[in-house]
Amino acid sequence: MNLPIDFTKTHVVHQWKHDRPLIACRISPDGQQAVSTSEDSSLQLWRIPGGEKTILKGHESWVHALCYSPDSQQLVSGGCEGSLMWWAVRTDAPSLLRKSDAHSGWIRGVAISPDGSTLASVGNDMLVKLWSMANGEKIAEWGGHERHIYSVEFHPSGNQLITGDLLGKIHVWNIADRKLERTIEATPLYTENKGQQAEYGGVRSLAYHAERKELIAGGTHKATNPFGAVHEPLMLRFGWDDGALRKSHACEGIPGGLVWRVQWLKDGTAVGVSGGSTGGLLLFFNDSQEKEIHRFNLPSLARDMDIHLESNMVATAHFDSHLRISIMNA
Amino acid sequence: MSLAHYACGSREHGLSRRQFLQRSGSTAVAGSAIAGGLGSLTTGLAAEQLKTQDMRIVVFNMHGGLSQLESWDPKPGTKTGGPCRSIPTSVPGTHVSDLLPYTAKQMHHLCVLRGVNTSEDDHGKGAYMMLTGRRQTAAAEYPQIGAVAARMLNDESRGLPGHIVVTPGGGGGKGNESAYLGPKYSSISLGGSKPPPNTTKPDGMNDEAELRRHDFRRRLNEEFLTRRRTAITDAYTHSYEQALRLMERRDVFDVSKEPQADQDRYGKHDLGRQCLMARRLLENGVSFVQVTHSNYDTHNENFNFHIEQLGEFDRAFATFISDLFDRGMLEKTLVVVLSEFGRTPNINLYYGRDHWSKAWSIVMAGGKVARGAIFGKTNDEGTEVVDGQVDHGALFHTYLQAVGVDSTQSIAVDGRELPIADPAAAPVWKVLT
Repeated sequence: MNLPIDFTKTHVVHQWKHDRPLIACRISPDGQQAVSTSEDSSLQLWRIPGGEKTILKGHESWVHALCYSPDSQQLVSGGCEGSLMWWAVRTDAPSLLRKSDAHSGWIRGVAISPDGSTLASVGNDMLVKLWSMANGEKIAEWGGHERHIYSVEFHPSGNQLITGDLLGKIHVWNIADRKLERTIEATPLYTENKGQQAEYGGVRSLAYHAERKELIAGGTHKATNPFGAVHEPLMLRFGWDDGALRKSHACEGIPGGLVWRVQWLKDGTAVGVSGGSTGGLLLFFNDSQEKEIHRFNLPSLARDMDIHLESNMVATAHFDSHLRISIMNA
Repeated sequence: MSLAHYACGSREHGLSRRQFLQRSGSTAVAGSAIAGGLGSLTTGLAAEQLKTQDMRIVVFNMHGGLSQLESWDPKPGTKTGGPCRSIPTSVPGTHVSDLLPYTAKQMHHLCVLRGVNTSEDDHGKGAYMMLTGRRQTAAAEYPQIGAVAARMLNDESRGLPGHIVVTPGGGGGKGNESAYLGPKYSSISLGGSKPPPNTTKPDGMNDEAELRRHDFRRRLNEEFLTRRRTAITDAYTHSYEQALRLMERRDVFDVSKEPQADQDRYGKHDLGRQCLMARRLLENGVSFVQVTHSNYDTHNENFNFHIEQLGEFDRAFATFISDLFDRGMLEKTLVVVLSEFGRTPNINLYYGRDHWSKAWSIVMAGGKVARGAIFGKTNDEGTEVVDGQVDHGALFHTYLQAVGVDSTQSIAVDGRELPIADPAAAPVWKVLT
């Protein structure tokens, strides 16, 4: 039986090396496999805990968007070439099930509905698309964002879809009629740097906590020099019912950081992985204060993470080409 | 508005360029800093003939350092290629980055030089080299291509300046950009779609009063010049007279007078308006226009920023090229797309690319430049030039030759013969027809 989470005791237990810098990662829901993507456009399946690696090739570009089906049998990946790929990943010879030319330009995020029936994808074409997990057929698509869409999550009810964009706008959609129900403003995550004539930031990640009815959005702020990686990590905690900002979780002493992904622990602790010129960090926040309650220094700059609550595992994808598995207890 | 700030904090980026008219009075226009020597410029017969040929130059200055890998020399599927792919163009066998889909359809008008090696990774020094064709030294200042074009190509009888820089906010013209050619050939800076500032009469001033005012100024000037004429007083006099001519032709600078359909085609953003302004200026006979697009100094998240910036550039630039061709202007207009350098093949830990001057690309089109051509080659990962290497000196010669200027000749300034371009360099004849 696993020990209860004690994130102050987080430590790396495995590190597995690929040939090229990693980009994204996920742990399968059953905790027996992890997947990473890398700058060679391949996917790497890693058996947990042994670390045996299987390479999946098919994408023509980098892959930022990943998700497992709830039964861990399928993996969906979204590439910068705009393709969605469905993979059978729990066979002796993992293989491509189907491919869809889904978006024009980069796919930034994918998510699977709680019942496992529907896939949502978003990307640089500013479109939201729904797909059947059973056969890959497109169910619906719609627009409504004015900039690239960076993140997507299903509400646990399965009735709403939550999408976040570069401007810091979080749209809540009614899935049944594809209507925009409301917009939550996460504008502190957006910077228009007029000196550099650039827009930067955005809602890089979203996570919803069902029991607490809270939404958290991760990204960056204080982007005084976006071209030079001078910006600080920021996570915004919103109440779901009223959309009100409850906490702005900022950090001191991280002049170059960006929260690539946010996730929840069961007790309402929000966890973010920060990468940037300050290095790789896991940042932990509770609802009692805005400042972090703990930070864990990762061995190398991280670009993504995934938490497996049942086993207290955290997978992190690193620039130094390693996938690292950490445990959040002693 | 000043030009863009850069990531690396060099002195180049901390300075805002002097504004056109900044030093002038309410209606008077002093367009140039007074610096460098100025003599009585002599003009030979050949040069005068050149001015009647209506040759023009447009430079797209991709401030900060455009990535060659995300534009003209993609390396998809390699260690350095990044997430962008290559796409076919209107020239069979030639590919460019998938961030340039509209430009790809105009490739038959373009000539890509993929073997640029300038060996200078500093923003300011690199920009100086690319705009003057010389390496910066403490011993001498050299005129920028815009000043040379104004000197060699501009027909002053049109009443328009020969050297115009178009930026989103109107900043520009920093430093001694005309050097020994004199301030007469320094740039006038325009902000996007707006006419130059201070080119309307002050409120309450009628035409008669305005005329009397300038007559009075001229009389005083003439009296003063009989005793104390200098290069500086000549420059001031020229600036005032140029301002008056500009006021008469103010409409030339008003992009809103272009058809709405054209404004839509170029894009409703700063660069779209800048490009349309450039077209308008060329059609009215301005000999040199520099369009500045900021910013490409993408040490962080290079790919996101190039998607953003080239998303603006691609359609506006392709429309510009297509329009010049359709209107019969491309034969007489050299178009250059340059930066101060390229970006590293290596992708850093922030998904960025840093400064890289050893192997990068520029693009030329129009004038005497070969159409649909690729010149030069880099190795598989884009780290070195393996064929057709050129540098800033050769490029400067080539720009001028492309508009009929014999770049190996000299300009007479104040009794001195000064080489137009670096005598140690030579044009890239292979890209000229």
